[in-house]
Amino acid sequence: MGMLVVGISDLKIALPPDNLITYALGSCVGICLLDASTHVGGLAHIMLPESRVAPADHNVAKFADTAIPELIKQMEKRGANRGRMKAKIAGGAKMFSVTGTGGNSAMWQIGERNVASVKAMLQKFSIPVMAQDVHLDYGRTVQFNPATGVMTVKAINKPTKEM
Amino acid sequence: MLTDNAYSGLNDTHMDVLQEIGNIGAGNAATSLSVMMGTPVDISLPKVNLVGFNEVADVMGGAESIGYGVLVSLEGDIDGMMMFILDKRFAHQILNVLMGGSYENFDELDEISFSAIKEIGNILSASYVNSIAELTGLRINLSVPSVSIDMIGAMLNVPIVKFGAIGDKVLFIEEQFCSNQEVASSHMVLFAEIESLNLILRKLGLM
Repeated sequence: MGMLVVGISDLKIALPPDNLITYALGSCVGICLLDASTHVGGLAHIMLPESRVAPADHNVAKFADTAIPELIKQMEKRGANRGRMKAKIAGGAKMFSVTGTGGNSAMWQIGERNVASVKAMLQKFSIPVMAQDVHLDYGRTVQFNPATGVMTVKAINKPTKEM
Repeated sequence: MLTDNAYSGLNDTHMDVLQEIGNIGAGNAATSLSVMMGTPVDISLPKVNLVGFNEVADVMGGAESIGYGVLVSLEGDIDGMMMFILDKRFAHQILNVLMGGSYENFDELDEISFSAIKEIGNILSASYVNSIAELTGLRINLSVPSVSIDMIGAMLNVPIVKFGAIGDKVLFIEEQFCSNQEVASSHMVLFAEIESLNLILRKLGLM
Protein backbone atom coordinates (compact mmCIF):
# COMPACT_ATOMS: atom_id res chain seq x y z
CA MET A 1 0.00 0.00 0.00
CA GLY A 2 1.37 3.37 -1.01
CA MET A 3 0.67 6.61 0.80
CA LEU A 4 0.49 9.55 -1.57
CA VAL A 5 1.21 12.83 0.20
CA VAL A 6 -0.78 15.85 -0.91
CA GLY A 7 1.02 19.12 -0.07
CA ILE A 8 -0.39 22.58 0.55
CA SER A 9 -2.16 23.84 -2.60
CA ASP A 10 -1.87 20.43 -4.17
CA LEU A 11 -4.12 17.61 -5.39
CA LYS A 12 -3.61 13.95 -6.19
CA ILE A 13 -5.54 10.92 -7.45
CA ALA A 14 -5.24 7.39 -6.03
CA LEU A 15 -6.63 3.92 -6.67
CA PRO A 16 -6.55 0.99 -4.21
CA PRO A 17 -4.36 -0.17 -2.60
CA ASP A 18 -2.93 3.36 -2.40
CA ASN A 19 -4.09 5.90 0.18
CA LEU A 20 -3.97 9.67 0.16
CA ILE A 21 -2.86 11.87 3.05
CA THR A 22 -2.51 15.59 3.70
CA TYR A 23 -0.94 16.99 6.87
CA ALA A 24 -1.87 19.78 9.24
CA LEU A 25 -4.87 21.50 7.72
CA GLY A 26 -5.50 24.73 9.61
CA SER A 27 -7.75 27.18 7.80
CA CYS A 28 -7.11 25.14 4.65
CA VAL A 29 -9.67 22.54 3.59
CA GLY A 30 -9.08 18.94 2.49
CA ILE A 31 -11.60 17.65 -0.07
CA CYS A 32 -11.88 13.90 -0.57
CA LEU A 33 -13.79 12.72 -3.64
CA LEU A 34 -14.64 9.12 -4.49
CA ASP A 35 -16.37 7.28 -7.28
CA ALA A 36 -17.27 4.12 -5.33
CA SER A 37 -17.88 2.03 -8.49
CA THR A 38 -14.38 2.46 -9.89
CA HIS A 39 -12.68 3.28 -6.54
CA VAL A 40 -10.97 6.24 -8.12
CA GLY A 41 -10.30 8.63 -5.23
CA GLY A 42 -8.94 12.16 -5.12
CA LEU A 43 -7.75 14.57 -2.45
CA ALA A 44 -7.21 18.31 -2.78
CA HIS A 45 -5.70 20.64 -0.14
CA ILE A 46 -6.96 24.14 -0.90
CA MET A 47 -5.77 27.32 0.76
CA LEU A 48 -8.08 30.09 -0.47
CA PRO A 49 -11.73 30.26 -1.50
CA GLU A 50 -11.52 32.05 -4.86
CA SER A 51 -8.94 32.26 -7.63
CA ARG A 52 -9.98 35.76 -8.69
CA VAL A 53 -8.08 37.29 -5.73
CA ALA A 54 -4.80 36.31 -7.39
CA PRO A 55 -5.24 36.28 -11.17
CA ALA A 56 -1.49 35.89 -11.74
CA ASP A 57 -1.37 32.72 -9.70
CA HIS A 58 -1.72 29.70 -11.94
CA ASN A 59 -1.71 27.00 -9.28
CA VAL A 60 -5.28 25.76 -9.68
CA ALA A 61 -4.96 23.53 -6.59
CA LYS A 62 -4.60 26.58 -4.34
CA PHE A 63 -8.22 27.76 -4.72
CA ALA A 64 -11.50 25.97 -3.97
CA ASP A 65 -13.19 27.20 -7.16
CA THR A 66 -10.44 25.93 -9.47
CA ALA A 67 -9.18 22.90 -7.51
CA ILE A 68 -12.52 21.05 -7.45
CA PRO A 69 -13.09 21.13 -11.26
CA GLU A 70 -9.45 20.05 -11.78
CA LEU A 71 -9.80 17.20 -9.26
CA ILE A 72 -12.96 15.98 -11.04
CA LYS A 73 -11.25 16.22 -14.44
CA GLN A 74 -8.19 14.24 -13.30
CA MET A 75 -10.38 11.58 -11.65
CA GLU A 76 -12.37 11.19 -14.87
CA LYS A 77 -9.11 10.68 -16.78
CA ARG A 78 -8.50 7.71 -14.47
CA GLY A 79 -11.93 6.24 -15.18
CA ALA A 80 -14.24 7.92 -12.66
CA ASN A 81 -17.65 9.35 -13.48
CA ARG A 82 -18.65 12.68 -11.94
CA GLY A 83 -22.28 11.57 -11.62
CA ARG A 84 -21.22 8.94 -9.08
CA MET A 85 -18.84 11.10 -7.05
CA LYS A 86 -19.34 11.73 -3.36
CA ALA A 87 -17.37 14.06 -1.10
CA LYS A 88 -16.01 14.18 2.45
CA ILE A 89 -14.36 17.33 3.71
CA ALA A 90 -12.28 18.46 6.71
CA GLY A 91 -10.47 21.58 7.91
CA GLY A 92 -11.43 25.25 7.73
CA ALA A 93 -10.44 25.98 11.34
CA LYS A 94 -9.75 29.33 12.93
CA MET A 95 -6.34 28.69 14.43
CA PHE A 96 -5.88 31.91 16.37
CA SER A 97 -8.53 33.76 18.27
CA VAL A 98 -8.05 37.44 17.76
CA THR A 99 -9.23 40.02 20.20
CA GLY A 100 -10.07 43.58 19.23
CA THR A 101 -11.50 45.12 16.12
CA GLY A 102 -9.45 43.16 13.61
CA GLY A 103 -10.81 39.83 14.80
CA ASN A 104 -13.78 39.74 12.48
CA SER A 105 -11.95 40.80 9.36
CA ALA A 106 -12.19 38.62 6.26
CA MET A 107 -8.67 37.33 6.80
CA TRP A 108 -9.50 35.77 10.14
CA GLN A 109 -12.68 34.20 8.77
CA ILE A 110 -10.75 32.50 5.97
CA GLY A 111 -11.46 28.97 7.29
CA GLU A 112 -15.19 29.56 7.18
CA ARG A 113 -14.99 31.15 3.75
CA ASN A 114 -12.96 28.19 2.47
CA VAL A 115 -15.58 25.72 3.70
CA ALA A 116 -18.42 27.77 2.20
CA SER A 117 -16.67 28.00 -1.16
CA VAL A 118 -15.90 24.25 -1.19
CA LYS A 119 -19.54 23.41 -0.46
CA ALA A 120 -20.80 25.82 -3.13
CA MET A 121 -18.50 24.27 -5.76
CA LEU A 122 -19.50 20.72 -4.80
CA GLN A 123 -23.14 21.71 -5.04
CA LYS A 124 -22.53 23.21 -8.47
CA PHE A 125 -21.29 19.79 -9.64
CA SER A 126 -24.14 18.03 -7.75
CA ILE A 127 -21.64 16.15 -5.59
CA PRO A 128 -23.14 15.36 -2.16
CA VAL A 129 -21.11 15.93 1.02
CA MET A 130 -21.38 12.65 2.95
CA ALA A 131 -19.28 13.64 5.96
CA GLN A 132 -17.53 16.72 7.29
CA ASP A 133 -15.27 17.70 10.17
CA VAL A 134 -14.85 21.44 9.79
CA HIS A 135 -14.44 24.79 11.60
CA LEU A 136 -13.51 24.97 15.34
CA ASP A 137 -9.98 25.96 16.35
CA TYR A 138 -7.52 23.12 15.80
CA GLY A 139 -5.37 21.56 13.09
CA ARG A 140 -6.24 18.30 11.34
CA THR A 141 -4.43 15.64 9.34
CA VAL A 142 -6.62 13.84 6.82
CA GLN A 143 -6.14 10.40 5.31
CA PHE A 144 -8.41 9.00 2.61
CA ASN A 145 -8.76 5.37 1.58
CA PRO A 146 -10.30 4.95 -1.89
CA ALA A 147 -10.88 1.23 -1.28
CA THR A 148 -13.32 1.89 1.58
CA GLY A 149 -14.15 5.57 1.14
CA VAL A 150 -13.21 6.18 4.78
CA MET A 151 -11.75 9.58 5.68
CA THR A 152 -9.64 9.48 8.85
CA VAL A 153 -9.15 12.75 10.73
CA LYS A 154 -6.40 13.16 13.34
CA ALA A 155 -5.89 16.10 15.69
CA ILE A 156 -3.67 16.86 18.69
CA ASN A 157 -5.05 15.56 22.01
CA LYS A 158 -8.27 14.39 20.37
CA PRO A 159 -9.57 10.94 19.45
CA THR A 160 -9.07 9.92 15.81
CA LYS A 161 -12.28 10.12 13.78
CA GLU A 162 -13.17 7.70 11.01
CA MET A 163 -15.92 9.02 8.85
CA MET B 1 12.88 46.62 -7.26
CA LEU B 2 11.78 43.22 -6.11
CA THR B 3 8.84 42.13 -8.17
CA ASP B 4 6.10 39.61 -7.77
CA ASN B 5 8.30 36.66 -7.30
CA ALA B 6 9.37 38.13 -4.12
CA TYR B 7 12.27 37.01 -2.09
CA SER B 8 14.08 35.21 -4.90
CA GLY B 9 15.42 38.65 -5.88
CA LEU B 10 17.43 38.98 -2.67
CA ASN B 11 21.18 38.73 -3.11
CA ASP B 12 24.03 38.04 -0.66
CA THR B 13 24.29 41.67 0.42
CA HIS B 14 20.59 41.75 1.21
CA MET B 15 20.95 38.55 3.20
CA ASP B 16 23.90 39.99 5.17
CA VAL B 17 21.76 42.95 6.18
CA LEU B 18 18.86 40.71 7.17
CA GLN B 19 21.32 38.63 9.18
CA GLU B 20 22.47 41.79 10.94
CA ILE B 21 18.86 42.65 11.76
CA GLY B 22 18.57 39.15 13.20
CA ASN B 23 21.71 39.65 15.31
CA ILE B 24 20.50 42.93 16.76
CA GLY B 25 17.02 41.51 17.35
CA ALA B 26 18.43 38.48 19.14
CA GLY B 27 20.57 40.73 21.34
CA ASN B 28 17.54 42.80 22.30
CA ALA B 29 15.54 39.64 22.94
CA ALA B 30 18.22 38.17 25.22
CA THR B 31 18.27 41.33 27.31
CA SER B 32 14.47 41.44 27.65
CA LEU B 33 14.24 37.76 28.52
CA SER B 34 17.02 38.02 31.14
CA VAL B 35 15.16 40.86 32.84
CA MET B 36 11.88 38.99 32.68
CA MET B 37 13.32 35.74 34.03
CA GLY B 38 15.73 37.28 36.53
CA THR B 39 18.51 35.05 35.27
CA PRO B 40 21.04 35.57 32.46
CA VAL B 41 19.87 34.35 29.07
CA ASP B 42 22.22 34.13 26.11
CA ILE B 43 21.17 33.81 22.51
CA SER B 44 23.46 32.32 19.90
CA LEU B 45 23.83 34.27 16.68
CA PRO B 46 20.65 33.49 14.83
CA LYS B 47 20.62 31.71 11.49
CA VAL B 48 18.69 33.74 8.95
CA ASN B 49 17.40 31.89 5.90
CA LEU B 50 14.87 32.11 3.13
CA VAL B 51 12.64 29.07 3.14
CA GLY B 52 9.87 28.04 0.76
CA PHE B 53 6.54 28.07 2.57
CA ASN B 54 6.01 24.40 1.83
CA GLU B 55 9.26 23.63 3.67
CA VAL B 56 8.85 25.87 6.72
CA ALA B 57 7.16 23.21 8.82
CA ASP B 58 9.68 20.55 7.76
CA VAL B 59 12.56 22.65 9.05
CA MET B 60 10.86 22.62 12.45
CA GLY B 61 10.35 18.87 12.65
CA GLY B 62 7.36 18.34 10.36
CA ALA B 63 3.91 19.82 9.79
CA GLU B 64 2.36 17.66 12.49
CA SER B 65 4.86 18.44 15.27
CA ILE B 66 3.41 20.40 18.16
CA GLY B 67 4.56 23.88 19.04
CA TYR B 68 3.53 27.07 20.74
CA GLY B 69 2.80 29.72 18.13
CA VAL B 70 2.55 33.41 18.88
CA LEU B 71 1.29 35.51 16.00
CA VAL B 72 1.51 39.29 15.73
CA SER B 73 0.50 41.54 12.85
CA LEU B 74 2.86 44.32 11.79
CA GLU B 75 1.17 47.56 10.85
CA GLY B 76 2.11 51.18 10.23
CA ASP B 77 4.62 51.83 7.45
CA ILE B 78 4.79 48.13 6.62
CA ASP B 79 2.27 45.33 6.32
CA GLY B 80 3.32 41.93 7.56
CA MET B 81 3.05 39.23 10.16
CA MET B 82 5.50 37.60 12.45
CA MET B 83 5.02 34.18 13.93
CA PHE B 84 7.16 33.09 16.80
CA ILE B 85 7.28 29.34 17.32
CA LEU B 86 8.58 28.06 20.61
CA ASP B 87 10.16 24.75 21.28
CA LYS B 88 7.91 22.87 23.73
CA ARG B 89 10.69 22.22 26.24
CA PHE B 90 11.84 25.83 26.17
CA ALA B 91 8.32 27.12 26.74
CA HIS B 92 7.93 24.87 29.78
CA GLN B 93 11.34 25.89 31.09
CA ILE B 94 10.48 29.58 30.88
CA LEU B 95 7.12 28.96 32.50
CA ASN B 96 8.72 27.04 35.34
CA VAL B 97 11.13 29.89 36.03
CA LEU B 98 8.50 32.60 35.71
CA MET B 99 5.65 30.90 37.47
CA GLY B 100 7.59 28.69 39.86
CA GLY B 101 5.65 25.66 38.67
CA SER B 102 6.57 22.36 37.10
CA TYR B 103 4.90 22.33 33.73
CA GLU B 104 5.51 19.25 31.68
CA ASN B 105 2.65 19.00 29.27
CA PHE B 106 0.00 21.05 27.56
CA ASP B 107 -2.85 19.84 29.70
CA GLU B 108 -1.47 21.70 32.69
CA LEU B 109 -1.47 25.02 30.91
CA ASP B 110 -3.86 27.42 32.57
CA GLU B 111 -4.96 30.90 31.63
CA ILE B 112 -1.99 32.55 33.35
CA SER B 113 0.59 30.36 31.62
CA PHE B 114 -1.09 31.08 28.33
CA SER B 115 -0.75 34.80 29.03
CA ALA B 116 2.90 34.31 29.97
CA ILE B 117 3.62 32.54 26.66
CA LYS B 118 1.83 35.34 24.87
CA GLU B 119 3.95 37.91 26.67
CA ILE B 120 7.18 36.09 25.83
CA GLY B 121 6.17 35.96 22.17
CA ASN B 122 5.31 39.63 22.34
CA ILE B 123 8.69 40.56 23.84
CA LEU B 124 10.65 38.52 21.34
CA SER B 125 8.66 39.74 18.32
CA ALA B 126 9.04 43.32 19.52
CA SER B 127 12.81 42.82 19.86
CA TYR B 128 13.09 41.93 16.19
CA VAL B 129 10.61 44.49 14.97
CA ASN B 130 12.37 47.23 16.92
CA SER B 131 15.68 46.31 15.37
CA ILE B 132 14.11 46.66 11.91
CA ALA B 133 12.48 49.96 12.94
CA GLU B 134 15.73 51.34 14.38
CA LEU B 135 17.81 50.47 11.33
CA THR B 136 15.25 51.75 8.83
CA GLY B 137 13.59 54.62 10.66
CA LEU B 138 10.21 53.11 9.73
CA ARG B 139 7.24 53.26 12.05
CA ILE B 140 6.07 49.73 12.79
CA ASN B 141 3.29 48.84 15.22
CA LEU B 142 2.62 45.39 16.61
CA SER B 143 -0.87 44.04 17.17
CA VAL B 144 -1.86 42.27 20.38
CA PRO B 145 -0.39 38.76 20.04
CA SER B 146 -2.55 35.65 19.58
CA VAL B 147 -1.34 32.34 20.88
CA SER B 148 -2.09 28.76 19.88
CA ILE B 149 -0.75 25.31 20.71
CA ASP B 150 -1.18 22.96 17.79
CA MET B 151 0.38 21.35 14.75
CA ILE B 152 3.00 23.76 13.40
CA GLY B 153 1.78 23.29 9.84
CA ALA B 154 -1.79 24.19 10.76
CA MET B 155 -0.73 27.34 12.63
CA LEU B 156 1.37 28.43 9.67
CA ASN B 157 -1.74 28.39 7.47
CA VAL B 158 -2.70 31.78 8.85
CA PRO B 159 0.24 33.90 7.63
CA ILE B 160 0.73 31.72 4.56
CA VAL B 161 -2.85 32.35 3.49
CA LYS B 162 -2.39 36.08 3.86
CA PHE B 163 0.98 36.35 2.15
CA GLY B 164 1.31 33.07 0.24
CA ALA B 165 -0.29 34.52 -2.85
CA ILE B 166 2.51 37.08 -3.07
CA GLY B 167 5.74 35.25 -2.57
CA ASP B 168 6.47 31.64 -1.99
CA LYS B 169 9.34 32.20 0.40
CA VAL B 170 9.49 33.50 3.93
CA LEU B 171 12.27 34.87 6.08
CA PHE B 172 13.12 32.28 8.67
CA ILE B 173 15.20 33.01 11.77
CA GLU B 174 16.42 30.20 13.98
CA GLU B 175 18.04 30.88 17.32
CA GLN B 176 19.35 29.00 20.31
CA PHE B 177 18.74 30.24 23.82
CA CYS B 178 20.99 29.25 26.72
CA SER B 179 20.08 29.73 30.33
CA ASN B 180 21.57 27.86 33.30
CA GLN B 181 23.28 25.38 30.99
CA GLU B 182 19.99 24.53 29.33
CA VAL B 183 19.77 25.03 25.58
CA ALA B 184 16.52 25.45 23.70
CA SER B 185 15.61 26.67 20.27
CA SER B 186 12.94 28.87 18.84
CA HIS B 187 12.00 29.98 15.38
CA MET B 188 10.75 33.23 14.03
CA VAL B 189 9.03 33.46 10.69
CA LEU B 190 8.58 36.85 9.07
CA PHE B 191 6.01 37.37 6.34
CA ALA B 192 5.68 40.70 4.60
CA GLU B 193 3.94 42.30 1.65
CA ILE B 194 6.39 42.72 -1.18
CA GLU B 195 6.01 46.53 -1.05
CA SER B 196 6.96 46.39 2.62
CA LEU B 197 10.04 44.32 1.93
CA ASN B 198 11.05 46.74 -0.84
CA LEU B 199 10.55 49.63 1.54
CA ILE B 200 12.75 48.03 4.20
CA LEU B 201 15.52 47.32 1.68
CA ARG B 202 15.29 50.86 0.30
CA LYS B 203 15.54 52.38 3.78
CA LEU B 204 18.57 50.22 4.43
CA GLY B 205 20.17 51.70 1.30
CA LEU B 206 20.15 48.40 -0.56
CA MET B 207 18.07 49.46 -3.51
